[in-house]
Amino acid sequence: MSEPESSPMNIDYVSNLARIELSESEKKKFRSQLGDVLKYFEKLQEVNVEGVDPTAHAFPCFNVWDQDQVKEPFRVDQALQNAPQSRNDQIVVPKVVEE
Amino acid sequence: MSSAVLLEKTAVELSDLLRNKEITSEEITKAFLKQINRIDDQVHAFLHLDEQDFLTQAKDSDKRRAQGKSLSPLDGIPVALKDVISVKGQPLTAASKILENYISPYDATVTRKLKEAGAVIGGRLNLDEFAMGSSTENSAFGPTRNPWNLNCVPGGSSGGSSAAVAAREVPLTLGSDTGGSIRQPASLCGVVGMKPTYGMVSRYGLAAFASSLDQIGPFSKTVEDAALLLEIISGHDPLDSTSFPTEVPSYTQKIHDPLAPCTLGLPKEFFGEGMDNEVRNSIEKAVEFYRSQGHRIVEVSLPTTDLAVPVYYVIATAEASSNLARYDGIRYTSRSNRAKNAVDVYAKSRGEGFGEEVKRRCILGAYGLSSGYYDAYYLKAQKTRTLIREDFNRVFKEVDAIITPTSPTPAFEFGSKSDDPISMYLSDIYTISTNLAGLPAISVPCGFTEANLPIGLQLIGPAFNESSLLKIAHAYDNEHKFGCVSPTLAKE
Repeated sequence: MSEPESSPMNIDYVSNLARIELSESEKKKFRSQLGDVLKYFEKLQEVNVEGVDPTAHAFPCFNVWDQDQVKEPFRVDQALQNAPQSRNDQIVVPKVVEE
Repeated sequence: MSSAVLLEKTAVELSDLLRNKEITSEEITKAFLKQINRIDDQVHAFLHLDEQDFLTQAKDSDKRRAQGKSLSPLDGIPVALKDVISVKGQPLTAASKILENYISPYDATVTRKLKEAGAVIGGRLNLDEFAMGSSTENSAFGPTRNPWNLNCVPGGSSGGSSAAVAAREVPLTLGSDTGGSIRQPASLCGVVGMKPTYGMVSRYGLAAFASSLDQIGPFSKTVEDAALLLEIISGHDPLDSTSFPTEVPSYTQKIHDPLAPCTLGLPKEFFGEGMDNEVRNSIEKAVEFYRSQGHRIVEVSLPTTDLAVPVYYVIATAEASSNLARYDGIRYTSRSNRAKNAVDVYAKSRGEGFGEEVKRRCILGAYGLSSGYYDAYYLKAQKTRTLIREDFNRVFKEVDAIITPTSPTPAFEFGSKSDDPISMYLSDIYTISTNLAGLPAISVPCGFTEANLPIGLQLIGPAFNESSLLKIAHAYDNEHKFGCVSPTLAKE
């Protein structure tokens, strides 16, 4: 895997990380727009956050436990009702392991 | 009662009419259906409407009432939901091609609560794809138009939810707010919109955009109606581990308690450049109103204000890139027929199924989380988020609520910002910081521009103090009722 370039964003590398196929015209457009957005983000580099804890949630709840009770799960047909391809109560996918 | 008169009623007024047996839920629902059929081809607030199901629920409500078994003040009142909130057996597209054929296998918690309250739930409302945007121009199924001026955007991302209430197509709707997606469209369409404190309303069954910021909230003509709907949907839910275990007071009762003189803060950083003059004048008039009612107005400072937009876009896109990984072309989305292997299924299905803004944000988010950039972007943004929260905590030691405009400008024209992401992102500059701090905030209509476009006033309150915030907002709204003024389009 190649290392990401610092600037402008290596759009091929990041779109692969995000698993999103882009057309050539999208790549061209995003390269310039996202370059501008990253420049805008540079404001953050001036902030002094020494000794500041990060916030992941505004009001974090810890140790949230559920009752250990058996509940009615989805039936197979409910769980698969939106699957793009299914057969014998299973989702069909392309072959993953190479021969 | 003529349907034109019914459409103008608030939910509280409709509830009274139902209780006094002056009208049936079927009559109400038919009046709104007629309005939807009359004007929604112009407004395009709805992506889907199951008319039969809508009417069946109304008839069921009337049967309950006839037997003296009404479930709540909301029993028989139509409510429509943004198309990111699950209703069992109904579509949920999130305005994305990738979910074009998706049918929800279960109810969101807010949907269950509405059903238990007897609300008549009908219609799927348009939005920016996956709630990413400020104009609904990012909907894969075409934009919603502002009922006040069809050449202007309704705001976003919950533009369908705000336009539907403004166009009198339904008295109440729900939207979701990650950075202003309830309040900004409420402001641009001249209706009330509220984002509750993070954790007050369960997110179970809401298609996630940025999980640490998303909240579901109400749209209505009045603050009193928003209180009614909020009271029904709030409360702790074991199915959402971020749902906060706290009591839900009776907002509808508390709102009528006398309001003691309070202190309201004007953050000086919000009143700088970039604010439209008509917006400024309108907010100043609202401030004068509060002063005239004996409330104290003080200037406050939120020095981190200009950091909110970059912090938000780092955090929200990072969470989005992770949340939207579930739309993989494998389990419940459309799948590209060009895909040859597993990685191909992901990349091609997402490339074909996602719109431009969603791709842009997922890629930005993946970049911010990627090796070598995590500390500089994501961690830095999370630490700066702490500073933003601390700013608000400090100010709320001095004031009961903060007053700002909801949006720096009234509704803008289609296409005017769609090719300039930063300019679009800045339209949420006044709303974004409250999501980062998790605070409740409400947009209340406060007048019109010369071009007859609505203007919104934002009130921000301390966490888990919706009662007090609603009371302060109601004090203004009850005297002005700008949300009860209908656009010409909505009148027959």
